Amino acid sequence: MTTFLGMPALPAFGSGNLFAGESFPKAAHRELGNAQLRANLGHATHTIRDKRQAVVSELPDWEQLRDAGSAIKESVMARLPELLEEFEKNFTARGGVIHWARDAREANEIVAGLVRATGETEVVKVKSMATQEIGLNEYLEEQGIEAFETDLAELIVQLDHDKPSHILVPAIHKNRTEIRDIFLREMPGADPALTNDPPVLAMAAREHLRRKFLTAKVAVSGANFALADSGTLAVVESEGNGRMCLTLPETLITVMGIEKLLPTWQDLEVFMQLLPRSSTGERMNPYTSLWTGVTEGDGPQNVHLVLLDNGRSAALADEMGRSALHCIRCSACMNVCPVYERTGGHAYGSTYPGPIGAILSPLLTGIQAEENSSLPYASSLCGACYDACPVKINIPDILVHLRSVDVDSKRGTKKVPSQMDVGMKAASWALSSGKHLGLVEKGLPLGRLAAGRDKKIKKLPGIAGGWTQSRDIPAPPAQSFRDWWAKEHKSPAPSRDEKETQ
Amino acid sequence: MRIALFATCIVDAMYPATAKATVKILERLGHDVVFPEGQACCGQMHVNSGYLKEAVPVVANHVAAFDTADYDVAVAPSGSCVASVKHQHPMVARSCGDAALEARATAVGAKTYELSELLVDVLGVTDAGAQLGSYFPHRVTYHPSCHGMRLLRLGDRQSRLLRTVQGIDLADLPEADQCCGFGGTFSMKNADVSSAMLQDKAANVEATGAELCTGGDASCLMHIGGGLSRQGSSTTTLHLAEILASTMEEPASVTGEVRVSTGKALR
Ligand code: SF4
Repeated sequence: MTTFLGMPALPAFGSGNLFAGESFPKAAHRELGNAQLRANLGHATHTIRDKRQAVVSELPDWEQLRDAGSAIKESVMARLPELLEEFEKNFTARGGVIHWARDAREANEIVAGLVRATGETEVVKVKSMATQEIGLNEYLEEQGIEAFETDLAELIVQLDHDKPSHILVPAIHKNRTEIRDIFLREMPGADPALTNDPPVLAMAAREHLRRKFLTAKVAVSGANFALADSGTLAVVESEGNGRMCLTLPETLITVMGIEKLLPTWQDLEVFMQLLPRSSTGERMNPYTSLWTGVTEGDGPQNVHLVLLDNGRSAALADEMGRSALHCIRCSACMNVCPVYERTGGHAYGSTYPGPIGAILSPLLTGIQAEENSSLPYASSLCGACYDACPVKINIPDILVHLRSVDVDSKRGTKKVPSQMDVGMKAASWALSSGKHLGLVEKGLPLGRLAAGRDKKIKKLPGIAGGWTQSRDIPAPPAQSFRDWWAKEHKSPAPSRDEKETQ
Repeated sequence: MRIALFATCIVDAMYPATAKATVKILERLGHDVVFPEGQACCGQMHVNSGYLKEAVPVVANHVAAFDTADYDVAVAPSGSCVASVKHQHPMVARSCGDAALEARATAVGAKTYELSELLVDVLGVTDAGAQLGSYFPHRVTYHPSCHGMRLLRLGDRQSRLLRTVQGIDLADLPEADQCCGFGGTFSMKNADVSSAMLQDKAANVEATGAELCTGGDASCLMHIGGGLSRQGSSTTTLHLAEILASTMEEPASVTGEVRVSTGKALR
């Protein structure tokens, strides 16, 4: 891929909110200390997990649907440049304007320029991962433009000056009492008698948002899908706020990653079954909006689309990792992930948390970005994410692949090899022959000495101390199996040749 | 049938009783067991930690030990090691561009079974009590382990075998399909998260009132057992091979304070 969409020969890595500010173990340590967060998360992920399981098991052809979703995405990645051109042609023919953005900075500048051109200083927003990724709200604020999130959970997070902790349920880490307190504190004109009853909270948010919808002239959205054969964009949502943003304002600016393309309208059918069931555990989401260009006298009259690369070409160039771009942001993987369940989204730093975040962020920024190099290790490789993913992204294999890219990228760069490097080298020697292992096992009695009278090892030095932080190790046995077999196994089976000569 | 035992490094060095139990079961069924002596480890620790280069000699050694040995099928009392042999070995060979090693690794993988898979699918064991004389009068709960469940798709083979052990009182483990948090070097690199996962697993094990938690992976059991021990629990862990090998005449030796079950659920 030498010339890709006019991009430089070597695809650039992404920028924006894709970086973890600190290493995962450090951030996880802090988040694990928050008992309320853990309780909220455990409750929410369990509820949604059960709902998803129930609606998924209703479909007898779920596995075939996953295969179909995976195959369509694979074919999209294989001919992305061609599909993007087809989409551009059709979108433009219907009155839309396309803008190409290499990275977060370019995308932000394009959007701000478009808003400025309208003379407005306020925009309403449909929940969008792409604009989170590029940090659009913060950028617009610097430019004197206020962006109002209209998705309920996104609104809660915005009012609280917090960051989303989940891609579908951004406020998953907050309970309703916390939400009431945020409304009372931050929402202009909130009723002081507000209770923590969910419908009451929803009504308060609705009133607040109505005022915005009716005055806003510019909206910014993301898109779940783009259909190449007709130049159509699609947004899938459950509250109807998206529909308001997509129809009421005069100008509509959509920011979308280049990987969101689907070849045809027919392909959408597969994803409209996969997405709602995987994400909210519903058979169908309440609102699906599709728009194709401009219709005179109806809806937005200025329709723009910013096509965002921001590291996607780089991810595409990674043969093992590229299927991470199949992701439809359903969040099923994080809802089943035991690591996410305990640490929450903030531990991952980037806009994309959980299992997909652990592979997508380093793919978009490059594993060489030190901030993200600990992310691929944030998994026990239990495989629950792979089982849940509606487009069958083999997250565990990509995690392992990225770990090896990380290890290789650091080979020979360190003055002093890490304990892990030394340990792995030594273990490689010990475990690469039965003789070597037999020799090492001769040292087992030493372990028995270390264990002491209760036959438990309670403290190990160095990195192995992570283990003994919360676990004992049993004293090793007096004799290895290998030794027992050689010395004591009664009648070792004769080889077939020996048998024949008997 | 001639069955090659892959004892796995952790069982060989730390839990020889599990390997001996595996041999016992297979011999009791009338099969010949061979132990290819060159064997050492499947290398999943290296692969999973990203040390692919260091994994190459380990994988090459396993393939050499097994593709020269004289046997019909190979078996290991560990789902994760079998998954590594089947899924990771060809990948490691590919990563170093060794097509010949890849072909040999694939062939060895195709002949390698996890213990319950071999017993149920190949050797036709449907009733451990009747066919193996398995007898284990204890309240036991069972942790299925991620790799067996998700990579090998063992389904209910292990619990089906356990259920047919005479005298056993098998208690369902709440959230059984949740990872115990071991994950190899994950337990050291992300010790805090791993410990949090372990705490929940241990609490679920305790909630069953079982004397023992069993499963098919020595490493997960070492992890769960290590956590229970640190918390001062009287519940211990025991590999399911040892439960299947346990008979009235030769009962499995069970460490810790073990109460003999009445066969009824303890409340
Ligand atoms: S990786 Fe799969 S499960 Fe996770 S958010 Fe993306 S599509 Fe959903």
